[in-house]
Amino acid sequence: MMTPGLSGFIADGGDPQVRDDPQAWEGTAAAVLEALAAEFEVVPERRTAAAAGDPRTTWLDTFDWRLHKAGLTLEYVPLRGGGELRLSGPAGPAGDGGGDVGAERGAAGAERGAGPGDAADQVTTQLVTGRPPSRPHPAASLPAGPVSARVAGLIAPRALVPVVTVAAPTAVYRLLNSDRKTVARLVVSRPTVIGSPRSVPLPPRLAVTEVRGYQGEARRAVRLISAVPGIRAAAEPLFAAALRALGRRPGDYSNKVGAQITAAMPAAAAAAAILLRLLDTIEANVVGVLADTDTEFLHDLRVGARRTRSALKLFGDALTGLTAEELAFFAAEFKWVGDLTTPVRDLDVHLLGFEETARALAAAKPDDLEPFRAYLEQRRRKEFRLLARGLRSARFAALTQEWRARLSEIQREHAPAARGTALRSGHPRKAAGGTAGLLAAERTRVSFSKVARRGAAITADSPAESLHDLRKRCKELRYALEFFAPLHDRAASANAVGDLKRLQDCLGDFQDTEIQIGEIRAIAAAMLAAGEAPAVTLLAMGEITAGLAARQRAARADFERRFAAFAGRDGQRRMSALLLGRYRTSADIRGV
Amino acid sequence: MRIYAAYNIKGGVGKTTTAVNLAYLAAESGLRTVLWDLDPQGAASFMFRIKPKVKGGGRAIISGKRPLDDAIKGTDFDNLDLIPADFTYRAMDLLLNADRASSADGGKSGGGTKSGEGAKSEDGTGSKSVRTLARLLATLAAEYDAVFLDCPPSVSLLSENVLYAADVILVPLIPTTLSVRTLEQLSDFVAGLKRRRPQILAFFSMVDRRKKLHREIMEKLSAERDEVTATVIPALSIIEATSVERSPVTVFAPGSSAAKAYRALWAEIRSRTQ
Repeated sequence: MMTPGLSGFIADGGDPQVRDDPQAWEGTAAAVLEALAAEFEVVPERRTAAAAGDPRTTWLDTFDWRLHKAGLTLEYVPLRGGGELRLSGPAGPAGDGGGDVGAERGAAGAERGAGPGDAADQVTTQLVTGRPPSRPHPAASLPAGPVSARVAGLIAPRALVPVVTVAAPTAVYRLLNSDRKTVARLVVSRPTVIGSPRSVPLPPRLAVTEVRGYQGEARRAVRLISAVPGIRAAAEPLFAAALRALGRRPGDYSNKVGAQITAAMPAAAAAAAILLRLLDTIEANVVGVLADTDTEFLHDLRVGARRTRSALKLFGDALTGLTAEELAFFAAEFKWVGDLTTPVRDLDVHLLGFEETARALAAAKPDDLEPFRAYLEQRRRKEFRLLARGLRSARFAALTQEWRARLSEIQREHAPAARGTALRSGHPRKAAGGTAGLLAAERTRVSFSKVARRGAAITADSPAESLHDLRKRCKELRYALEFFAPLHDRAASANAVGDLKRLQDCLGDFQDTEIQIGEIRAIAAAMLAAGEAPAVTLLAMGEITAGLAARQRAARADFERRFAAFAGRDGQRRMSALLLGRYRTSADIRGV
Repeated sequence: MRIYAAYNIKGGVGKTTTAVNLAYLAAESGLRTVLWDLDPQGAASFMFRIKPKVKGGGRAIISGKRPLDDAIKGTDFDNLDLIPADFTYRAMDLLLNADRASSADGGKSGGGTKSGEGAKSEDGTGSKSVRTLARLLATLAAEYDAVFLDCPPSVSLLSENVLYAADVILVPLIPTTLSVRTLEQLSDFVAGLKRRRPQILAFFSMVDRRKKLHREIMEKLSAERDEVTATVIPALSIIEATSVERSPVTVFAPGSSAAKAYRALWAEIRSRTQ
């Protein structure tokens, strides 16, 4: 270890009195120095020019926490004329370090409480110039270096966005032995979360850092500090503490449904909870869509709208208090949201896969496609303006507000008191009026039956439409399984979803390729009409459509196998077992 | 990773001061640096206030019983670590030879090496006992950009190991006739090696320009030999104070002419070894 890492100990003045009263903290800090003086000579570290910069740290991740999920933490520390990216976490796959051994070093032992696997953690650093961390870094525009090499594949196509910034004026003390050799360092910092609308001071933090080969001394220093009143081991790393101060936590956004529902709760409350989660997802993504930070904001917003429509269809009747007209109104409004997002998303799909498509060309040259790309980008700019106008409109604002108000109302009405009523009813005649467990079982079963029946009717001669229709039914079933996932056995559910996903991929490939072929033909016609279509570009586009057609044929050929894997006899048995798991008593089973 | 060895057959020419100051400057320039104090006297370890003691002694390291990595100590400075001296290094040749003996055990190589028999490796093909140090240093390649070896003055199996492992031999020379002869001896020896030869860079140290002999020898040798640097390290009392301050001169007297001379020397070495 070249630069001493944290010795595995952090203490903070966690006592709110200490945190808020500077004098109390100064007293504690003085007590720490005095305790250390029993075994070490304690001297302030001479600050070098390099260390004396702005002591700020900005943590970066994608909006959906892809680095955090991979066990990685990425910090940006400004330095003179640029900054340094510091990536810590488990080592990546061999050869994934960007080949720059000069920038990699081991940092044995991170902060205690930083999570499992500390011992294997590695720190990779990369100097960057120019771009301030307050702006998003799209994956594609990261400067080359070992950190970029490690994260690019993980985050694409998302951008790195600043999560939280902490300023921490820091004092460093050297702990000397009897030879006046530095054997450990004490780092005292007073962190503050920088943010709008206000900055939030965090408890002061102390850390002992090791000097290589002097672990024993660092441990002794830790013991001395631990005994000082007002000091305790920090329960969480600075990053997590900073997020908590903002009312957040690492991983607090996911595009998974993950509603807080139980089998015993009233169906109406569960339905409202699921739909509120979907609304949260839609709203959480609006800012990112409008800023055009990356394409996944729009994707998640769009999926939120589509899931909402599916949920309304699947169990809208469980939302007691909403009339059929109201249900139809909200369904139509969310269709409007979906339609609003379609043109930009379709263009995003073309553009995201552009490089790969261009590389796959056999006869044409990748450069032949440049006018096609330019045309797509120009179209996207135009469509994006329409999308932004829609998301900023009073209609969209009214929809989300009203929808939230209605769902919250339903949730309140079916809060704990109502739960008792539902349970007492014993044999609900209709699942919609019963428990969430019954609702889940009934609606998922119906959805599965539709898939099984319609899929079984498909033969080699069936028209494409029958496969497109089956795809929609599969999507509904997938959503049903996801909405009610908290009620199912996790492993059984994952099994069923896995096979369903492979069937969906096959059907998706079949239909999407068809749509893309149609779109490319329409774009070619439009480009030709506008005089923006060189012959080589049209030829290259023709080659793309030929490739798509081949993929479509392959998907069609694969259908039978995929369908049998999901909805064959074994699949049916698996689904029955999954849904039966939801019933506690034989009376419940009869009730369905 | 580039390996620099401060070496001269003759003692008392400023090898340790060179190794300590140049290693510090390398670290300061951002290179991840480790200095191995190979001299059983432990002067370099002393300068960094590190006890000249290695767990298990030289034997544990040479035999591979303990990884070299285990012996590394952090200095007070960023990017700079040290492998301390140990009193057992005084028998380093025996240890290195024993390493060859144990490596050759198993009989297939036909033996021929018996304990106590001297190492005959001057053919420069790099027999096992000559490659030991290089093999140990190779384990540090991922962690460090620069290695400095502070070598004891001698012609020995250890010095052969150093010549085999090093990319650059830094030779401090006091401008005296005897000192100059040792450079010739070293150059001849290196020229006779059949394998890749280390680059030799000699520089005058402890120079007293008031002495006519110093001036004459420097002038003559600089004209005759390309491997002599333009930078010289003057004889200054502040350099001698290094052992009192127990710190590189570039740290405790950064503005001194001694510090400037070492900075200039490091800059010249870097540019000539790129």
